[in-house]
Amino acid sequence: MARIDRELDARRLLCPLPVIRAQDAIADMQSGDRLRVVATDPGVKNDIPAWCRINGHRVESMDEQDDEIVITIEVEGLGTPAFTDH
Amino acid sequence: MSTQAKAVSLISGGLDSMLATRAIMEQGVHVEGINFFTGFCVEGHTHAIRNKDRQKPKRNNALWVAEQLGIKLHIVDVIEEYKDVLLNPRHGYGQNMNPCLDCKGFMVRKACEWIQQNGFDFIITGEVMGQRPMSQRKDTMPVVQHESGAGDLLLRPLCAKHLPPTLPEREGWVNREKLFGFNGRSRKPQMALAKQYGFTDYATPAGGCCFLTDKAYSEKLADMWQHRSSRDYQLDDIMLLKVGRHLRPRPHFKMIISREEGEGKFLEGYRKQFLHLRTHSHAGPLVLIDGEVSDDDIQLAARIAARYGQGREADQVEIEVITPDEQHQMLQVRPLAHYEIAPEWRV
Repeated sequence: MARIDRELDARRLLCPLPVIRAQDAIADMQSGDRLRVVATDPGVKNDIPAWCRINGHRVESMDEQDDEIVITIEVEGLGTPAFTDH
Repeated sequence: MSTQAKAVSLISGGLDSMLATRAIMEQGVHVEGINFFTGFCVEGHTHAIRNKDRQKPKRNNALWVAEQLGIKLHIVDVIEEYKDVLLNPRHGYGQNMNPCLDCKGFMVRKACEWIQQNGFDFIITGEVMGQRPMSQRKDTMPVVQHESGAGDLLLRPLCAKHLPPTLPEREGWVNREKLFGFNGRSRKPQMALAKQYGFTDYATPAGGCCFLTDKAYSEKLADMWQHRSSRDYQLDDIMLLKVGRHLRPRPHFKMIISREEGEGKFLEGYRKQFLHLRTHSHAGPLVLIDGEVSDDDIQLAARIAARYGQGREADQVEIEVITPDEQHQMLQVRPLAHYEIAPEWRV
């Protein structure tokens, strides 16, 4: 099992709070670190991957069990976002 | 300026901020998005609670817009700071509890702080003159500019031609000629620009993006303040106002009654903070009691709770009363009849 560097309990928080808490946690983490988020709002299944894509992080796994969603994020796993300025 | 200019754009998730951002990106400016979470944002909240809504595809429109534009989005928690905006609005409220002008000034001020901390040059908003009755009028747009402290670092690309040139225009970071002169409540110019940019899918929230513009929500908020010793609030308070049926059978306590399973599950999370009731003998709602209650009050609350369960026509319904520290008590009650629920109890 991949190393987890930080756990975030986002249970009972409604979106976008789990995204904000993940964003704030990742701000203090290093490239290649892994954050595991446990949440109950199904909105995270869309919102966290969307936030990761636009900020260059990679959703390594997402599992759902007993109304809990567990998402593992690799910090900067996608590198710098490949967006180009128009 | 020898390097590329950098702007932060207030992204609500709606079309206007999407267009304003794209217009500035077209001019070669590096743009990143910022979105402020006040606790009252409609975006992505109660749609996750009710069971029927859990099946619908969900997206956070601000994130979605950022992804469509190919920009980063910074979501900032301003719940605590926003209290002062809501509780003490210098410019008062709109039709409901919406302090729109103060709110806009606050968000632009926060964006102004953000650009200073992050080395950005100016701020963009999707405001259109004359579109909103409070914060987007010709006479109030300069108020936002002044009170936020942003001054001429605030550029409104969609109506810039109706406003004096800002610093980004004067410095040549942005070509004023390529900006717009939208005015009024018509959405046609925005729709045409969206078509020009190839945007075919965008959010059009009917009631705006804030619960404070909602009449029913505002009435619940006013009721909460009226029956508390102060006008303060916590995040849990404002979340609970969005969930369930709210009844105030006595001035000193309110009942929050789940209307379906999803709400029941959500309210379960508050069991340790509130006295709560469950129907035992029949299927029924989870009910939170907000306030200090006597034994008589609990009897009344139990009869009301029974009214909203499957046993509403039964002679007796068994109700379990559970305190926040898990003390249990069983009551046998006769459900209130429909006509015994006074209309004025409904919040």
